Amino acid sequence: MINVRNIKKTFGPKIAVNGISFEVEKGEVLGFLGPNGAGKSTTMRMITGFIPPSGGEITIGKFKMNDQPIEAKRLIGYLPENAPSYADMTVLGFLNFAAELRGLQGDARKRAVGRAVEMCFLETVLHQSVETLSKGYRHRTCFAQSIVHDPEVLVLDEPTDGLDPNQKYEVRTLIRRMGEKKAIIFSTHILEEVEAVCSRAIIIDRGKIVANGTPRDLKQRSEHAGAVTLRLLDGSAAAVKGTIDGISSVDRTVVISESPLTVRAYPRKNTSSDDLSRALGEAALRERWQLQELHIEEGRLDEVFRNITLPDTAAAAKEASK
Amino acid sequence: MSTASFSPIKTIAKRELSGYFSSPVAFVFIVIFLLLAGFFTFMVAGFFERGEANLSAFFVWHPWLYLFLVPAVGMRMWSEERRLGTIELLLTMPVTPWQAIVGKFLASWAVVALALALTLPIVITVNYLGNPDNGVIFAGYLGSLLMAGAYLAISAMTSAMTRNQVVSFILAVVLSLFLILAGYPPVTNMLVQWANPLVVDGIAAFSVMTHFESIQKGVIDSRDVIYFLSVIVFALFTTGVILRAHRAG
Repeated sequence: MINVRNIKKTFGPKIAVNGISFEVEKGEVLGFLGPNGAGKSTTMRMITGFIPPSGGEITIGKFKMNDQPIEAKRLIGYLPENAPSYADMTVLGFLNFAAELRGLQGDARKRAVGRAVEMCFLETVLHQSVETLSKGYRHRTCFAQSIVHDPEVLVLDEPTDGLDPNQKYEVRTLIRRMGEKKAIIFSTHILEEVEAVCSRAIIIDRGKIVANGTPRDLKQRSEHAGAVTLRLLDGSAAAVKGTIDGISSVDRTVVISESPLTVRAYPRKNTSSDDLSRALGEAALRERWQLQELHIEEGRLDEVFRNITLPDTAAAAKEASK
Repeated sequence: MSTASFSPIKTIAKRELSGYFSSPVAFVFIVIFLLLAGFFTFMVAGFFERGEANLSAFFVWHPWLYLFLVPAVGMRMWSEERRLGTIELLLTMPVTPWQAIVGKFLASWAVVALALALTLPIVITVNYLGNPDNGVIFAGYLGSLLMAGAYLAISAMTSAMTRNQVVSFILAVVLSLFLILAGYPPVTNMLVQWANPLVVDGIAAFSVMTHFESIQKGVIDSRDVIYFLSVIVFALFTTGVILRAHRAG
């Protein structure tokens, strides 16, 4: 549904987006990650046709944004960053306005607005003007606007920003549910959100894609991914470490804490974590360790994120301080 | 043009109008306009003392009244959208930029037209007191409305340049003032002493004063109408260019 090919955006001498390409099909929820200023919002603004790319091509459905912007925009629902809305309008007035611009009239419009209101839990504030609403409600009002015409493509820029934990949970559930039938792109800073909602994630940094894969794939890039962690009720750290280091499939062992004794073993190359955990289990039986916990590390997204994006950000900071 | 391209204009104009009336902007404009128009017509120009059955004492003030009041109506048109970020919503809707520009412009023009319509009692008064030429009065209203449209289109243009309403207001006043002064007799009389009268006439042809005065005399000359319409079209077209340049970064 969404096809982005090698798009670029420069603002004067500053390169905001530098050759990004990806595709999102129906039934996919794509998480968009990256440090502040990485080009996430700029990319989304180009996809939704707000700003023209300096190069490259965007296709929504079968319409090129450049050639048939109106047809392409019809397919998209968009929640911009900071969820703007007309402060002087009531929630109902605002949603009616959005629905009308989307070409919905009469009964169809009423039904569409009613459905959006229900999905975003806005019944209680329908006749309040937007400026009197709390941030969470304002956010949901703008979110309702983006889904009022039941679009096939949904572009959400930080949809859970400024919501309380319950509202965040609701919005995530909503995105996941809608993701079954739509092509969704959303950006976020919250990494658990990516794991909870996305079928795929892209990490961008300084205008380029630095990682693209399922949250599982990405997590496996973590340096701890595949390591096996043991927690023991007793035993001496040195003895345990010595035993584990002696196992052939172990590359190195790190003592994470002395009490309770926690040890992490990293597998050698070409050794699967399953084999490693089996070997460690056998060692535990042989040595009669009081094993409390043994698990394979899945890896952590925040670690991957830091590893992929930090060097660049640090370099940028260095450059700036010169 | 198909009806499909008009319906977004209507929707946007409707929203814009409700925006004017849900804030004090429209009411303040209308009340101040009526008060000032009344004050200048009756107190300064001495409408009754003149004993003439026409409305020239009324219309003569319009270029100056509009100079400050019309930019006040138009200053928020795009600057507010930019400040609130709603421009991003509006222009990612299946709407062309010119539909949004025209919709917003028409709504603000309707506010001014309403204010102008509320001055009708003066037409009734002058008809009660004497036998005016109502054709001339009609022409005066038409000219006044067209002139307000030209100022509004200029305000739309300046409001697209900035997210700050005050800056937008000041720029619109300055540009409108230029359009007035280029054909204002005290200024043109001064210019004639230095420059070739043809040049002065050429500059004056760009002035709203020249064209407003000629319509006010009761002759609806197509040249004057075309002048105002082309100022409107040019300013709105420039608004589109500015908005596009702003988005392109």
